[in-house]
Amino acid sequence: MNIFKKTIFSVLFSLLIIGNVNADKIKIGTEGAYPPWNSKDASGKLIGFEVELAYTLCRYIGQQCEIVEQDWDGMIPALIMRKFDAIMAGMSITAERQKAISFSQGYADEVASLAVMKGSDLEGMDTPEGINLTLGGSGVKKTLKTLTGALAGKTVCTQTATIHQNFLESGDVGKINLRTYKTQDEVNLDLASGRCDVALAAAVAFTDYAEKSGKPVVLVGPTFSGGAFGNGVGVGIRKDDTELLKAFNKAIEKARKNGDISRIATKWFGFDASM
Amino acid sequence: MDLELMINSLPKLLNAAVITLKLLSVSLIIGLFIGLFFAILRLNKNIFINRFAYGYSYVFRGTPLLVQIFIIYFGLGQIEHLRSTVLWVILKEPYWCAIIAFALNTGAYTSEILRSAFQTIKPGIIEAGKSLGISNKVIFYKIQIPIAIRQSLPAYGNEIILMMKGTSLASTVTIMDLTGVAKYIISTTFKPIEVFIVAGGIYLFMTFIIHNVIKFLEKKYSFN
Repeated sequence: MNIFKKTIFSVLFSLLIIGNVNADKIKIGTEGAYPPWNSKDASGKLIGFEVELAYTLCRYIGQQCEIVEQDWDGMIPALIMRKFDAIMAGMSITAERQKAISFSQGYADEVASLAVMKGSDLEGMDTPEGINLTLGGSGVKKTLKTLTGALAGKTVCTQTATIHQNFLESGDVGKINLRTYKTQDEVNLDLASGRCDVALAAAVAFTDYAEKSGKPVVLVGPTFSGGAFGNGVGVGIRKDDTELLKAFNKAIEKARKNGDISRIATKWFGFDASM
Repeated sequence: MDLELMINSLPKLLNAAVITLKLLSVSLIIGLFIGLFFAILRLNKNIFINRFAYGYSYVFRGTPLLVQIFIIYFGLGQIEHLRSTVLWVILKEPYWCAIIAFALNTGAYTSEILRSAFQTIKPGIIEAGKSLGISNKVIFYKIQIPIAIRQSLPAYGNEIILMMKGTSLASTVTIMDLTGVAKYIISTTFKPIEVFIVAGGIYLFMTFIIHNVIKFLEKKYSFN
């Protein structure tokens, strides 16, 4: 009985120590399913732009980091419930999210785009190359009108709880048949199978998929930025964690000055997506 | 606790519960026919027919429902030949993919429940019918099936409740059922506890109703 008690006690004690060791590390949550922002290699290791950037930022902060995986749709609740201390998951800074958490300054920005399978009747839409919803103007209005006409009655697919879903629900492109998925992988699968007529996500998410799968996925329409698409991607941090927010802001500043962000972005995106 | 959010999300979640009930009832009806069909095959003396029916229930009871849905939804969607056939009209829709998966799954369990119910019928009852000169067909439809259904009520009630909870997996293939809408509300409010408590409460209430209906039927058709 005594041995039994001792064992339990020592196990609990060691757990306490392990817990304390981990407390010194900054835990960063990422999705691991949104290449090239963050994804996993064949062995299941987390890789991508944000994984590499996270380690770089932690070096500047001077603390050890641990990157943990979390499903996209539970990302912000998990942060609030202290499963980790920061989010780096291609999460755009939006007013809606800022009600729940704080964001560091943006470290990268990337446009969104619609995509279809080759041969779709949406190919060759008459729109400008890109629109910025914040700037507005008659050009943007005309483009949205063209899109409203083109998307009417189409099944449009996107990942759940994203800026892309917000935009599609905003009414800017009228009433569409919207379908939301847990991951971008599933959006890609259903776009390829033909269940989705058209999909909306970060443009690189589609080009990356087209490249890796060899499927004839093509971008159509304008690229989107501003408005519902937020103000770049930043580090999400709990509202009461002001110290950590300051530390991340400083680290991003330094990393930008030294050209680290641009270098890592170019490596993963093929172009400089830093900001 | 955000009480206001709980109250505000209730009507939306109740609306979604209707979708859940639709999924449940359609798949239970189809599943019952599948189950009855395979239970009869299981009672067949022919070893091939018997093994075939056993294989079906073995496969569908031995794999997770989520895997079955994924195979039917994402898996079949990958087969290019299938996409040009008439079948694709059904398989294109997430709703029907979920129904097919649920019906095949509950059908497998139902076939086992009914088979064991048929086997517990005392031979004396059938022999009594035969000695009265009733034909085999009438014995089967008017004596064996009613007794089997009565015998399987408690187990089948459990299956209905399990299936009701299983329908929450429909949200993984984009269907906005009770769980799907709960997740959607959470994705805009970032408050999972409140919303899941309300959703869980609705599931619990549905279980309560199903449980009591089955209990009532058990009493009504009891032998005593």
